[in-house]
Amino acid sequence: MSSAEKIRLILNKVKNGRIVVLETGLTPEEEIRLIEMTMTEIRVDEFSGIEIESYPARKKGTFIDKIRGKTNTGNSMTVVGPANQLRTVEKDEYQITTRVSVGDGD
Amino acid sequence: MSIIRNFRMNFAVWMRRIFMKKRAKIGIYGPPNAGKTTLANRIIRDWSGEELGSASEIPHETRRAMRKDGVTISGVNGSSIELDIVDTPGMATKIDFKEFMAYGMDEIEAKKRAKEATEGVIEAVKWLDDLDGILLVMDATEDPYTQVNVTVVGNMEARKLPLLIISNKIDLPNSSPSRIKAAFPQHPTVSISALKGSNIDNLYEAIAKHFG
Repeated sequence: MSSAEKIRLILNKVKNGRIVVLETGLTPEEEIRLIEMTMTEIRVDEFSGIEIESYPARKKGTFIDKIRGKTNTGNSMTVVGPANQLRTVEKDEYQITTRVSVGDGD
Repeated sequence: MSIIRNFRMNFAVWMRRIFMKKRAKIGIYGPPNAGKTTLANRIIRDWSGEELGSASEIPHETRRAMRKDGVTISGVNGSSIELDIVDTPGMATKIDFKEFMAYGMDEIEAKKRAKEATEGVIEAVKWLDDLDGILLVMDATEDPYTQVNVTVVGNMEARKLPLLIISNKIDLPNSSPSRIKAAFPQHPTVSISALKGSNIDNLYEAIAKHFG
């Protein structure tokens, strides 16, 4: 699946009220494209955006990754949800604590 | 193909560093209300006598990128750099018009502002492809480890572009610049008050050194 397809899939699920947990996370480029695409799809009273939290990857990549310039291998885990339903309460080195509400919540 | 592209990018960065490029296009990034426009105005006012845009307590006051070319910043040790400064709209992952109504705006005005704010974020993202470096402004009274900050830092690291983190609003009693430094220890950080001008000379020194 290409990055564009991945981002499209994530955003479709989130707009449908799903919370998406990506075990391998998103690369920084994918994250910024997700933000950009989210902005194009914000609609008043329908979709106000996303809540996204991620942990950076621990590994820096193999030797071949470094030759290919892929030393930034992205995040180790990323959580994405609708902004009106998911709110990050706390985040530290080991866990993300969120509050999930049904419908519009503060 | 990506190997060749990455080699070209790394070569360009290497050549730039060797020949100490003296003019750079620098973007001022950060979340809404971090003080980006206040900082841009202070830099441009200090070095050219002009101002760039209006600042406000209402988030997303800057909704279009604003640019000022040819601002020469000098450090005390003789180093200098000519900058094209781009003040970008505040980056966010969500924009809700109801937040603007809390500042006294009516619904029509708030919805218009929200729409413009989303367009501003898109413009800020597009500018990332056209910059030589970034000043990432963070509010020292807020938690620095937000996704916007993490994403911008990650993007700059992936592009191998220089990044200077600005810990702003140190004039406020609940500011904690050390928290920002601890969150992003791999990048240089300068603590200032863009509003009051506190420690601003150290910022200019850092800019001349880091981007020159």
